[in-house]
Amino acid sequence: MGACGAVSLTIRVNGQSHEIASDPDTPLIYVLRDELKLKGAKLGCGLEQCGACAVLVDGKAVLSCVTAVEAFDGQDITTVEGISAEETGRRVQAAFVEASAAQCGYCTAGLVVAATALLTETPDPDRETILAALTPHLCRCGSHPRVVKAVQRAAGS
Amino acid sequence: MSIAQYPLISDWITVSDGRLVVTSGKVDIGQRISTALAQIVHEELTVPHGLIDMAPVRTGRSPDEGITSGSNSVEQSGQALRCASASLREVLVSVAATRIGCLPKDLVLSDGTLQLPATNHRLSIVGLAGDVDLSCRIDPEVAFLEVRHETSPRPAMRGIAAMAEGSFTFVHDIDVPGMLHARVVRPPHAHARLEATADGAEARLASEGLRLIRDGSFLAVTGPQEWPVVKAARRLALSSRWDVGAGLPETQIFTRLNATGAVRIPVIDGTPTPGDIGDPLRDPVHSARYERPYQLHAALGPSAAMAVWQDDTLSITCHSQGIYPLRASIADSLGLDPESVDISHVPGSGCYGHNGADDAAFEAALIAMQIPRTPVLVKWTREDEHRWEPFAPAMAVDLAATVVDGKISAFSAEVFSDTHRGRPRPGPDRAGPSRLLANRYRADPISPAEAQPNMGHHAGMHRNLDPIYDFPVKRLVKNLVTGLPHRTSAMRCLGAAANIFALESFIDELARGNALDPFEFRRAHLSDARAVAVLDELRRLVAELPPRSQTGGRGIAYAQYKNQMTRVGICVDLEVSDRAEVRLTRATIVADAGRVVDIEGLKAQLEGGFIQAASWALCEEVRWDRDGIQSYDWDEYPVIRFDNIPVFDVKVLDRPREKSLGAGEASPGPTIAAIANAIHDATGLRLRRMPFTADAILRHASAQ
Repeated sequence: MGACGAVSLTIRVNGQSHEIASDPDTPLIYVLRDELKLKGAKLGCGLEQCGACAVLVDGKAVLSCVTAVEAFDGQDITTVEGISAEETGRRVQAAFVEASAAQCGYCTAGLVVAATALLTETPDPDRETILAALTPHLCRCGSHPRVVKAVQRAAGS
Repeated sequence: MSIAQYPLISDWITVSDGRLVVTSGKVDIGQRISTALAQIVHEELTVPHGLIDMAPVRTGRSPDEGITSGSNSVEQSGQALRCASASLREVLVSVAATRIGCLPKDLVLSDGTLQLPATNHRLSIVGLAGDVDLSCRIDPEVAFLEVRHETSPRPAMRGIAAMAEGSFTFVHDIDVPGMLHARVVRPPHAHARLEATADGAEARLASEGLRLIRDGSFLAVTGPQEWPVVKAARRLALSSRWDVGAGLPETQIFTRLNATGAVRIPVIDGTPTPGDIGDPLRDPVHSARYERPYQLHAALGPSAAMAVWQDDTLSITCHSQGIYPLRASIADSLGLDPESVDISHVPGSGCYGHNGADDAAFEAALIAMQIPRTPVLVKWTREDEHRWEPFAPAMAVDLAATVVDGKISAFSAEVFSDTHRGRPRPGPDRAGPSRLLANRYRADPISPAEAQPNMGHHAGMHRNLDPIYDFPVKRLVKNLVTGLPHRTSAMRCLGAAANIFALESFIDELARGNALDPFEFRRAHLSDARAVAVLDELRRLVAELPPRSQTGGRGIAYAQYKNQMTRVGICVDLEVSDRAEVRLTRATIVADAGRVVDIEGLKAQLEGGFIQAASWALCEEVRWDRDGIQSYDWDEYPVIRFDNIPVFDVKVLDRPREKSLGAGEASPGPTIAAIANAIHDATGLRLRRMPFTADAILRHASAQ
């Protein structure tokens, strides 16, 4: 709490600190997209059911469409725009391109984030592990087999 | 068709800043059409992909190519661009020959450059094209270059790098100064109407810096920040008083899909032909009914659109599949001259047919008209998309056959469905405006027009009703059933999904019932050599697979989309668990799409079509009661996820000398049937109503 009762909230996104003006009850994704103009994470449901909004929080894939921004106070958030800062993220992005692992692309940002989190934790996952890690993520175009190939490629490279 | 209306090279190809700009009326909805069209231009001109731009699709700028649908884009826009590119090549070769002082035939074209061998005369195609007047006529009979696909590099998918980096712009991502966010406040169900908003609601909104937009029962909230708008719209939906009337009709849909009151029309050679529908087959050896419930397009990203009303022009940015028909429908709805409505396409989430895209565009327009000079970005919510998009109609298909000497001697197919044609486009009774959702709720409402039977060749519910097999006697009837509970429109494959599910299940039942090999039984009824080649290649690949397990099943199916487009044979391997859950293990797909333009795009469409159809087959069904649509999110309307994705083997038979054939909707129909056939192989149970959930399988087992 600040002196006048106003909440001072700071989140770190892609290595930069931001003091947040939005209401603290605002779900993180609206802050990222609306206030910080980071449009990479997508809103698909607002219900934590589809995975399009995933971001990395301290290296783990976290859905950003429900939890209020105040819960991320002081935490280190990486969005898809900042994921290439780490080698694993760069490899995943390159593998998605090489494997043509998207159709409309609306699910892609969330999948790149999930794949990066998976390979950070488990550098050489088998197919079942990949499928399990990606199951919180929906894709309606059916790019799944290419996404799986991309993750395998990123793991093997 | 496209060249007839847009006969000049410059209608399709221009030069800007040293780059080729390719204009098409077909929009990219994730099916990689922009990659395929650029590849066609590249093949005829050899200009590197890096120097080819695809122009945004916009009214007044792009050719009017109707709606991007029906797997027609490569055949229509692709053919036009191939002719335009080849015509341009002939013009430029002649210009270059004159400049260099040689014969046209002596010039060699490669990497976008014309060269006179053994000299240093080199002229770039883009440079030459920038120097000449491109408003010359396309030669529709022009010769095409022969392309050797095995040696030429595969085109990279346009936009993929930006997608992986999060910088690809969807409509949802547009952010301009002074823009307002908007959400529509929906009634509890389609028949409810607004009585009043809560006392003081408007004043409270004003105190929060928000604004209420109202036109009859059409209600919306706008504001400069998105989250406060979302919260206020939720609050208003709950606090407003709605007249819910009698609620949604709790119709038993499959009981209603019958001939009583239906418009019944015989279908001959794929075309509805008014006349006598004939008698049902007498003493069929086998008859069965196959059913599909209402299903959703259920785009991953809810529909969105931006509109601004300024200087007597309504500018709309949206992800419609048909910007020209939409423009006419919106102009008619608002009493505007179509020329004063400017619609640009910006990608949305994949749509798979007529989803909320057009309705969102019109809603953005309605709101923007009330707040002049202010860009308004409307986004649907997840619940909006699930409850308010036009559904794919429920369908039923009744099949019967007689068999003589192990071959089908007579065949009857009757299909029952509401309309698949709900897209806004001009037509009798203000068909365009009547198909825009918000018009039903405005103070001066426009009621939905009565659906008319689609009389097109392999259109609507009768797409692929006519079997691809050589049956000596065929009786085919379409039955348009109206007055059903929900708004319906086009979803990927239209009637072909249910019709092929039915036919290919039925064929399997006949083959197995007579202890005949399902490949041989199909082959015995096919005279098309390319169909036989697809089936033979599938059989060869399947023979190499490990034998199926004790609990496993294997099923095949074959179809040719619209009986004239891509041919697809599919084999599905799956396991059925003790709890009757179906787990897909392997998909083997063989396809013949004629001359291949973009092999990876083609394979992606075949795989994507398989996965979407597997989701329809195993998971998807719209449920409702009198209070509203109950399938309002991904928990209440489950779809397939990564944990049920099989291993794929996709083989494409390249036919470089044949015409390119549309492929975007070729694999779903046979996928559904192959899954049903594999479930039968695993369990002995014949599932004839989608979806084949564990509950459905257990019910079926206990009924045996």
